[in-house]
Amino acid sequence: MILTQNIFEYWTQNTEGWLYVLVLALIAALYLTFFAVAGLLLVLMERRVAGFFQLRLGPNRVGPGGSLQTIADALKLVSKEIFMPKFADKLLYKAGYYFVIIASLLGLSVIPFSAHFQAFDINVGIFFITAVSSVGVLGILIGAWGSRNKYSLIGAMRSGLQMISYELSAGFAVITIVLLAGTLQMSEIVEAQRDTWFIIKGHIPALIAFMIFMISGTAESNRVPFDLVEAEAELGAGFHTEYSGMGFAYFFLAEFENMFIIAALAVTLFFGGWLAPFGITDALPGQVFWGLFWFFLKVLIVIFVFMWFRWTFPRLRIDQLLVLEWKYLLPIGLVNIVLAALIVWQGWLFEPLKWLGL
Amino acid sequence: MTNQELITYITAWNDDAQFSLPAETDSGIISAIDDLSGTIVNVEIPPTHLTEFMKRLQSDPELQFDYLFDMIGMDWGKELGILYYLKSTVLHHKIVVRIKIEDRENPEVDTMENIWKAAHLQEREIFDLFGIRFKGHSNLKRIFLRKDFKGYPLRKDYEDDYMIIRK
Amino acid sequence: MSEQVITHSDIKFQEYFLNMGPQHPATHGVLRLILTLDGEEVVGIEPDLGYIHRGIEKMCEYDTYRQIIHLTDRFDYLSSHMNNEAVCLAVEKALEVEVTDRIKVIRTMMDELTRIASHLLWWGVMGMDVGALTTFMYAFRDREMINEIMEKTTGARLTMSYNIPGGVMFDLHKDFQKDVKNLIAHMRKVLPEYDRLLTGNVIFQRRMKGIGTLSKEDAVNYGATGPVARASGISCDTRKHEPYSAYNRVKFNEVIETAGDNLARYQVRMQEMYESLDILEQLVDNIPEGDYQVAMRNLIKLPKGEFYQSVETARGEFGVFIVSDGKKNPYRVHFRSPGFNNLNALLKAGLGGKIADLVATMSTFDFVIPDIDR
Repeated sequence: MILTQNIFEYWTQNTEGWLYVLVLALIAALYLTFFAVAGLLLVLMERRVAGFFQLRLGPNRVGPGGSLQTIADALKLVSKEIFMPKFADKLLYKAGYYFVIIASLLGLSVIPFSAHFQAFDINVGIFFITAVSSVGVLGILIGAWGSRNKYSLIGAMRSGLQMISYELSAGFAVITIVLLAGTLQMSEIVEAQRDTWFIIKGHIPALIAFMIFMISGTAESNRVPFDLVEAEAELGAGFHTEYSGMGFAYFFLAEFENMFIIAALAVTLFFGGWLAPFGITDALPGQVFWGLFWFFLKVLIVIFVFMWFRWTFPRLRIDQLLVLEWKYLLPIGLVNIVLAALIVWQGWLFEPLKWLGL
Repeated sequence: MTNQELITYITAWNDDAQFSLPAETDSGIISAIDDLSGTIVNVEIPPTHLTEFMKRLQSDPELQFDYLFDMIGMDWGKELGILYYLKSTVLHHKIVVRIKIEDRENPEVDTMENIWKAAHLQEREIFDLFGIRFKGHSNLKRIFLRKDFKGYPLRKDYEDDYMIIRK
Repeated sequence: MSEQVITHSDIKFQEYFLNMGPQHPATHGVLRLILTLDGEEVVGIEPDLGYIHRGIEKMCEYDTYRQIIHLTDRFDYLSSHMNNEAVCLAVEKALEVEVTDRIKVIRTMMDELTRIASHLLWWGVMGMDVGALTTFMYAFRDREMINEIMEKTTGARLTMSYNIPGGVMFDLHKDFQKDVKNLIAHMRKVLPEYDRLLTGNVIFQRRMKGIGTLSKEDAVNYGATGPVARASGISCDTRKHEPYSAYNRVKFNEVIETAGDNLARYQVRMQEMYESLDILEQLVDNIPEGDYQVAMRNLIKLPKGEFYQSVETARGEFGVFIVSDGKKNPYRVHFRSPGFNNLNALLKAGLGGKIADLVATMSTFDFVIPDIDR
C-alpha cells in the first residue's frame, strides 16, 4: 500500500460527490472509534497504574486482567439517570460537554500516528492543536455556568485562569521546537528528527522546553498537581459536579483524551514521533505498523509519567499555580526561546550520529 | 498553686470592697469553697458577680486562669447551674467556678465570650440543651438541635413520650 | 467620547456564601460549614452542627455505668479506647478501686496503639485533602496491623469497648507481645518513608507552611487542646501533667512546636507517633503478671458526689464529668470532647486563607465529627 500524503488525500484524490462525503464520514468514524477505545484503555491503565503505586491490584475481576472493567463502567454510566439541576441553563448545560469533547477530538485529527497515518496534514498542524485545545475550556466554563452551582463555578473560573496561563508556557515550549524544526507541519517536524530526536539535538533549550511542556501539559489536562479544577477535597467534583451519566463520562473521557494529546505532542515534538530509535526497524516490512508501535510505546511511557505525577504529588493552591506560571515558567520559556534561536542561528546542534558519519 | 493555697488566696477576696454583696447579705461573694476531697477547688458565686470574678481570675498574676477548659450545664432540679472549669496553661492549676440560677423560666447569665473565646461554642451548646441565655453572646442560637425544636432536652423536666421511657 | 478610567474602587465586589458540607469530602463526615467568601478567600466561617447529634449525655442518664462505656466509643471512634478509659478511671476513682499494674500497663499500651492508629488514619486522609491520593493507602496498610492486634485481643477493630470498670474485658492475646514488637519494627521503617513521600515535598511544604496559623494566645483563648494546642507552643499533655494508668512509669517527650501553622500541627502528630512507639517499646517487655480484672459488683453504684477524669486522646483532652446521686444511673454525665473545642479554634485559624487553605487547615485539626456533635 502506497500512501501518498495522508489518509485524507489518499482516499479523496479520485472521488467526488457523495463518495467524497462517505469517505470523510468513514475517516471520522475511524477516529471516533479510536477516541472511544483509547479513552477506555487509558482509564483502565490509570487505574492499574494507580494500583501499582498504591500497593494494591486495581481492577482485575471483569474480563482477563480487568480489561473489561472500563466497558462495564461505561455501561453503568449509560444506564444512569440523566440528572439536570432544576435551575440549570438547559442549553449551556448540555452544550458544555460537546465543546470539551469536540475540542479534544479535533486535536487528535492532526497528530501523525505513523507515516502517512494522519487525518489532516495541514501546514500549521502544531498551531492548529494549540488553538483547538484551548476551546475545551469554553465547554468547561459554559457547562459550569449552566449548572448553577457555586462549586462548579469556582472550578470553572480556576480552569479558565489555569488554561490562559499555561497555554502561554506550552506555546513557548512548542515554539522552541518549531525554531529547531523550521516548520509548523506535524509530519515535517517528525521528519526533521529522522537522524536525531529534538530532545538530543536541541540539548539545553530542548530539555528546558520539554520540562516546561510537561508541567504546562499537566496543567492543561487538569491533572494532579494541577487538578484544581476538580479538586475533589475542596470543590466536590469541580466543574462537573452537576453532571451525571454520559454527561460526566464525556468530561471524563475528554480529560483522558487531552492527556493523550499532550503526551502525543510531547512525543512528536521531542522524541521523534513514530520514528524508531536509531532507525532499528526501518528495514523491516510493514512501516505503518512499526510507526504505530513506536508511537504508542513512546506515548504510553509519557502517559505513565503523567500518572506517576498524579499518584505522588499533592495539589497546588490557585495562587501558587499562578506564581509558578507567571514568575517562573513564563520568563524561563522566553529566555529559552532566545537561547534556542541563538543555537539554531549558530548551528550549535548536538548531533553525535552525524559527527560519527552515520 | 496547690489547692489549699488557692482556697486561701481566693477566700481572701471575700473581704474585698468591690466584691461585697448588696446589704442584705453579710457574707462576701463566695458562698462555698472546698476542694472536693483533694481533687479540685470548687468556688460558688452568685451569677450577678460572675463577670467581675472571672475577669479577676483571668487577670490576677498569681492565678492566670487563661484557659476555659470546659463549661458544664447542670440541672439541680430546683435551679439550673453552670460549672466553669478553668485551667492555667502557665501555672498548671485548676479551678471550678459554679453558679446557680434560680429562674427556670427565663434563665440568663453574662457571656464569658469576651474573656475566653472558647466559651463561644460551649455557651451555644448550653443554650441549646439547657435553655440558659447568655447576655451579650455574639451568635446565640441552637447548635445541635433543629431551629424549631421545642424544649431543652438536658433539663430534668424535659418530657418526650416517644424517646424517653420512664420506668 | 470621554475616556473612562476604571479603577479598583469602581468595581463592586460582593461576598457570597458557600455551603461546605454536610456532604463534602473534606469535612470527613457531616460537618457543615457556612463559608463567607470573597472570591476564593474565606472571610467568615460558621459551623452548623448536629447532623449526627445523638444526645449521648441524655442517654447516659438512663444507663448504668457499665453501659455508658459502650456509648463513649461512639464519640471519637478513632480514640475509642481512650474514651472508654476515661469513664472507667472516673468510676474507679469514685469507688476508690485500685487496679493492678497489669491492667494499667495494658491500658496504656492500648492507648498508644490507638493513638498511632488514629494518627496514621489522619496522615492518610490529610494527604488526600491536599491532593496526594497515595498516602491513604500507605497509612491504611500500616493501620491494618494495629487493627489486627486489637482484633486478636479485644475482638473488635474500631469500637472496642475493651475497658470495663475495674480492669479490661479479656486478657491479652498470646501473640500480643510478638505483634507489637513487629509493629514497632515496621513503623520505624515506614515512618521515614512517609516523610519521603509527603513531608519533604515542595508543594506540600508550600501548602502547609504559614497557613492556618494559630498563635499561642489564640490557641489558649479559643480553647484548643491536644496536638493543635501543642503545635502552638502550649504544654497541655494530660499524660504528662496528670499521669493516669501507667504513664508515670514511662519516659516520653511531650512534642511541642511553636509555629502554630499547619506544618507544625503536622510535625507534632508525626513526632507523636515516634513517642508512642517509644512508650510501647518500654512497656512491651515489662507487662507485669497479675489479674486483668478487679472484682467489682455487676451493678455499680457510685457514691454521691461529682467526679471528673480527663485523658489524652489522639485529638486532645477528653474529659468525663459524672454527677452521682447514689443510684445505679448517673444524675448527669458531661463529656468534654476535644473536637468541639478545636472546632472553635478553627473558626479563628481558618480565616483569611483560600478555600484550599481551609481544607488543609481543617485536616490538620483532625476532626472526627461524632466527637463534635456527641
